Amino acid sequence: MENQATYNYTVVRQFAIMTVVWGIVGMLVGVICAAQMFWPELNIGPYLHFGRLRPLHTNAVIFAFGGCALFATSYYVVQRTCNVRLISDKLAAFTFWGWQLVIVLAAITLPLGYTSGKEYAELEWPIDILITVVWVAYAIVFFGTIAIRKIKHIYVANWFYGAFILAVALLHLVNSAAMPVTAMKSYSAYSGAVDAMVQWWYGHNAVGFFLTAAFLGMMYYFVPKQAGRPVYSYRLSVVHFWALIFTYMWAGPHHLHYTALPDWTQSLGMVFSLILLAPSWGGMINGIMTLSGAWHKLRTDPILKFMVTALSFYGMSTFEGPMMAIKSVNALSHYTDWTVGHVHSGALGWVAMISIGSIYYLIPRLFGREQMWSVKLIETHFWMATLGVVLYIASMWISGVTQGLMWRAINSDGTLTYAFIDAVKASYPYYFIRFLGGLLYLSGMILMLYNVLRTVFEGKAVDAKIPAVSAHA
Amino acid sequence: MTDFTSGFWGYFIATVAILGVVFCAYLLLSQMKVKLQKGEKAQVTGHKWDGDLEEYNNPLPGWWVGMFVLTLVFAVGYFWLYPGLVVMGNAKGWSQEGQHKEEVAKADAKYQALYDKYAKLDIPAVAQDKEANAMGKRLFMTYCVQCHGADARGAKGFPNLTDGDWLYGGKPENILETLNKGRHGQMPAFGAAFGEEKVRDAANYVLKISGSPAFNDVRAERGAETFKQVCAACHGADGKGNQSIGAPNLTDKTWLYGGSEATIVETITNGRDNVMPAWKEFLGDGKVHLLAAYVYSLRDSNK
Repeated sequence: MENQATYNYTVVRQFAIMTVVWGIVGMLVGVICAAQMFWPELNIGPYLHFGRLRPLHTNAVIFAFGGCALFATSYYVVQRTCNVRLISDKLAAFTFWGWQLVIVLAAITLPLGYTSGKEYAELEWPIDILITVVWVAYAIVFFGTIAIRKIKHIYVANWFYGAFILAVALLHLVNSAAMPVTAMKSYSAYSGAVDAMVQWWYGHNAVGFFLTAAFLGMMYYFVPKQAGRPVYSYRLSVVHFWALIFTYMWAGPHHLHYTALPDWTQSLGMVFSLILLAPSWGGMINGIMTLSGAWHKLRTDPILKFMVTALSFYGMSTFEGPMMAIKSVNALSHYTDWTVGHVHSGALGWVAMISIGSIYYLIPRLFGREQMWSVKLIETHFWMATLGVVLYIASMWISGVTQGLMWRAINSDGTLTYAFIDAVKASYPYYFIRFLGGLLYLSGMILMLYNVLRTVFEGKAVDAKIPAVSAHA
Repeated sequence: MTDFTSGFWGYFIATVAILGVVFCAYLLLSQMKVKLQKGEKAQVTGHKWDGDLEEYNNPLPGWWVGMFVLTLVFAVGYFWLYPGLVVMGNAKGWSQEGQHKEEVAKADAKYQALYDKYAKLDIPAVAQDKEANAMGKRLFMTYCVQCHGADARGAKGFPNLTDGDWLYGGKPENILETLNKGRHGQMPAFGAAFGEEKVRDAANYVLKISGSPAFNDVRAERGAETFKQVCAACHGADGKGNQSIGAPNLTDKTWLYGGSEATIVETITNGRDNVMPAWKEFLGDGKVHLLAAYVYSLRDSNK
């Protein structure tokens, strides 16, 4: 019965370590892509060409880095807030090895040129099936653990993780529906504008549920824990949770403004994207206000700095998003680097920073240490990451707005003022700044890996004991 | 609605969209009942997780509720004015096709006179006009650079417009016809009919008449026979081509696809198929006229 008395930290440790490893791999590929934009000669051969590395980068950072961070934290959080061990160690181990296999297969097939051509869902059908199997196992472990919980009330972090698991299952199944023609080639079940709509219904909800709802779940556990303060408002979390998961489902069409999509679909997408502003900010308010009364901790605690900065970037990009969804703004921003900047303020600023903070919280606890090997190094990492994001998004904003304005500039005779290449030339210097920002961010991740390894080798894997359930629960 | 096979879906979408807005409003109202008195501090809910995780029950921040309500009000207004609820139509009668047509009409009204000014002048005269030439260049930089390049010198498969060599003729009326109706240049594939050896022979003959020093005499001599029997039909007995069908002159050093033996062998073996789009419909006579004059002005700029 010794086994029953502890939490399953093994799978959490595995996913936590791989979060850092895949983070470095994914961001390295990103930095290579950024370098290729500045030095086109770096497009070497078919396998390492930008067109193949770019999907590898997005898949690696979203599903490998982000995915591992979510598996690690959700398994940790669900056990500790339910006061019970994961319902099945074997299934949990299967999700770890299955997910790693998916990642490795992606890393092999994408450079080889196997792709379904759907953004953020490029993997071909056999890998899609593997993802489905792993995801069902994940849902069984997560919801099974909730079902056997010893605490009556389900903690808010688990609502978000639960919504994420259900929604991603739905999105993946619908968008990946395809007719296989060979072992590595399939055709989408949809055609034309319908296919585009399904793709962006998926695409934007991948942002909404994978990169937002799930990381809000992470935030709801690790921010109050690290701050040592109660969550600001239960009521706010109720409103913003339901409004967020309802409204996100509608936002996809804003990716297809002024296209073959019917007018009414575009309108619905735009309007619900705007409504999404308040529900999104609900999470930011709840996170930041949780710190009221603990602001002084920010001075000395770099982990908390990561979390608060993440929340700030979250607030900023969820304001920017609804603005960009407005048709007249979108007419300027669409197809420019502004979109790239927006995505990275969410990805590097919010998703990565909240994950990095949470992993720094987790590692010492998983390896029986008081704190990370070097707190100073976390501080250094924080400043490198912050400076990296700022360089990245500021350069892409300037480049994007420049492109948008140049593309629409008109001479007195109605002809275009600039040829396309003029806008490329104008963007060129910013591609170098973007590369620098990415490089800085990647270097911070390498510091993190070093710090994590030192902590791991100094410590020893421990599984925390499950405490007796206190009476009030 | 033509977007659907049945009218039901319009009502379905309108209902779900309105219920969505109502749902958000209801959520807000349902959580606004409890308010804190002045100076009163929020209490924790009484639930506890993982040792010390608790939740305050602070009321929703007023400014945030206000912002939420504003977006909901905006939604109702937007659905009223613009298409969104499918069955309702929209008060402004807006559509993106309509917006596009309106903008095009506005631009036409604004710029038409500028172009009409030159329509009556003949092309050589327009080509001499400084202002017209600048406008033509700007049109070229918008519509033609993708294939012919910013310097109009073309690329492999895309003709150089500055060398005085013309596939379909360089007189004003030829250029005008090329722009208005487009061109479709086709060279048939002879690989299967000739076989590898005969193709190489013909290629060497072409090299010879083009004035290239690098050709094989024996092959060129055999190739001459093939040329006379087959190729001459389009390229002429002397190999000087035929501008009425766009068959290139093979006796100069101007090549559309390249003049190495390997490239010529490839051309003869697989044939070529090349398209210049027609611009009359898209640009209208005024702009085509200016463009033709600009291209005409380039004719000998880089001979």
